[in-house]
Amino acid sequence: MEHNGLGDTSALNLTRRGVLGLGAALGVGAAVSACGGGSSTPPGAGAGANIGEGAYEGEKVTLAFWNGFTGGDGAFMKEMVKTFNTETENIEVQMNTLEWGDFYSKVPNAVASGAGPDVAAMHVDQVGTNAARRVIMSLDDFTGPMELQEDDFAETVWKAGIYDGQRYAIPLDVHPLAFYYNNKLLQQGGVSEPPKDRESWEAALTGMKSKGVEYPFWATATWPAHLIFISLLGQFGGSLYDEEAAKATFASAEGVEALEWYASHVEKGFSPKNVANDAQAQAFRQGRDAMTWDGIWMMNEWAKVQGLDWGASPLPQIGDEPAVWASSHQLVIMQQRQADENKLHAARDFIKYLSDNSIEWAKSGQIPARNSVRESDEFAALEVQSTLAEQLDYVIFPPTVPGIGDVTAPTFEQAVNTVVLGKADAKTALEDAAKKADALLEDNRKKYSA
Amino acid sequence: MAGTATAPASSSRGRRPGRDSSSGVVPGTVKSPTAVSPLTAYLFLAPYLVLFAMFVLAPILYGLWISLHDWDFLLPGKPFVGLQNYIDLFTPGSTVSGPFWSSMRATAIFTVLSVPIIVVLPLLVAVPLARKFPGRNFFRAVIFAPYVLGVAVIGILWRYLLDPNVGVLASMLDRVGLDSPPWLTDTPWVWGALVIPTIWWTLGYNMVIFLAGLQDISRELYEAAEMDGASPIQQFFNVTLPGLRPVLIFVVTITLLASANLFGQSYIITQGQPGRETRSAIMQIAEEGLARFNMGSSAAMSTILTLCLLLISLVMLSFTRERDAK
Repeated sequence: MEHNGLGDTSALNLTRRGVLGLGAALGVGAAVSACGGGSSTPPGAGAGANIGEGAYEGEKVTLAFWNGFTGGDGAFMKEMVKTFNTETENIEVQMNTLEWGDFYSKVPNAVASGAGPDVAAMHVDQVGTNAARRVIMSLDDFTGPMELQEDDFAETVWKAGIYDGQRYAIPLDVHPLAFYYNNKLLQQGGVSEPPKDRESWEAALTGMKSKGVEYPFWATATWPAHLIFISLLGQFGGSLYDEEAAKATFASAEGVEALEWYASHVEKGFSPKNVANDAQAQAFRQGRDAMTWDGIWMMNEWAKVQGLDWGASPLPQIGDEPAVWASSHQLVIMQQRQADENKLHAARDFIKYLSDNSIEWAKSGQIPARNSVRESDEFAALEVQSTLAEQLDYVIFPPTVPGIGDVTAPTFEQAVNTVVLGKADAKTALEDAAKKADALLEDNRKKYSA
Repeated sequence: MAGTATAPASSSRGRRPGRDSSSGVVPGTVKSPTAVSPLTAYLFLAPYLVLFAMFVLAPILYGLWISLHDWDFLLPGKPFVGLQNYIDLFTPGSTVSGPFWSSMRATAIFTVLSVPIIVVLPLLVAVPLARKFPGRNFFRAVIFAPYVLGVAVIGILWRYLLDPNVGVLASMLDRVGLDSPPWLTDTPWVWGALVIPTIWWTLGYNMVIFLAGLQDISRELYEAAEMDGASPIQQFFNVTLPGLRPVLIFVVTITLLASANLFGQSYIITQGQPGRETRSAIMQIAEEGLARFNMGSSAAMSTILTLCLLLISLVMLSFTRERDAK
């Protein structure tokens, strides 16, 4: 705790020292509970209101910017930060990247102990949780001076940053699933153009299978199988949760149909059995998998493979309506124990800069959330990204409810896994999972309303 | 051994009536010149005790305290719930009990499968490697080498070796016309995918401990056995094994504890598949506390796991005691 140099005031240090002075056992307890903060009004609330208009012009400040861009995307973000640092004399942004899994467990601790970041990027399904846990602050006072409003963004993604009537996050991008295909294998199977609906999808599978493509669609049982399920569920007209996110609705007839359709690829021999961790991506790289549904960010992975002739298009519409799973990276400002107006002002400038210049970020395999950027010629020139941006009208985001991200893994993600592995039937697995999800949602409601 | 010799003497002296008051009156006459204040021992132990209290005892007590609450360190309300977290864990059908006990089961299966092999195999390797022959150090180094790797490295390595569709082993089996078993996704194969890499990974560590233990067995015992006409196998069972007894118990204990702390292998290699069947207790505790932020119920789970491990350690410790008593 003593190692932070971020917005620490001497008063704060004094109390900490006092805490450390207590007996060892007591000290540990007291220090950690002190980290929790007991007051009901967060100390930084409303701090944004006092910052003037325009760019930050005060003394030089350093901002810590944390994110989970550990893949190829990290290099693009680093470059943007570097440019921002050279263009802005009095703000120095220091970027720190850690695995997303670690990120979500460490950031709250770090922020609570005063050693956390000032600005961060996080996934849209984590915004509610972190807002409720007071890890991030309300940005209601920030959007005005940033000159950002709803019209500037795709509607769904802008609304996803609202929790409990307040804005907590500025959307940076949208990253949906995409449909990737291997041109050579499609051709081999006599498929003239990538399938767009159920009929042409199934015709493509049979066509390729009959022409010696052993497995035209590797149906994985792990990531991103549950994202594929969410997309199909939407296409068949179902939903994960009811409107208040109080009850799970994925065990509906639509859910069962969606999961059975996906798992049928294994039963019908279009997919090998037991496709595990990354195997489908590996197979696509090796030119053994003809079609795969994976995140838009994977495009740069395929581009690295020499001799792989691939293309991308929106997910085919298997059900009655178009739908696709998507997530979004959202920019947030951390709730500091002691607000530093200079830093808040600098953070506001930095976020605005990232949003304004998100065309650079788009190159890492992302669709910018900002309309002006998405409608620019520069973005139109990014062939894959602009093709996949067509899906933006019908993306499915999880509801902004605290704890929602943690309901996924033990419930429908597990159900999808067991069904694709052929160890359970879709109806039973989904119904069991829905029961678990209802109990978890109930737990979360109790926990976050207390 | 020294302790058992002196303990009865001192305790009988303590029980003698009148002794305390007389020593209180003229302490100098009772104390022998070499006797030191009992406080001296505590003084020498103090540095360790302070660290132990701060980094072991206090967190344990604090964990117990947390386990009695509905605890999220960032939320203002941390209601005291008494034993509710424990009751939930023992109530079938609650949100926590099913996943927790299935993870305990996975941990137990892994421990039972892996510990015997990870104890016996290193011993069998250590015995020949304790002899002097050219290239001995090379073989010792080769066998120890995997241990220096992190669990993430061995995890990813074995995942790519074992993958039934794109793995190295699958491609080799394919060449001879065989299908690879579903190592990463189906029982019982998944246990192999957890146990085999663990054996390969930790074999060297136990081997080194056995090598050290073997060096402590007196050469003369072997010479005497040989003179009595004992075969190498008889020597192993009548000299080596008894000589290694304390080391063996130590190795079994630490291997048990290490196996019960299974995390990285199932996190990386099988990712808990199929379903959540290979999720370990530590994975479950970490998810409950650090992803779902239910530190109270997570701490309760840790307490139960700790009690189980404590019980195992006590049983192992009783083996050493038995020997001392003889």
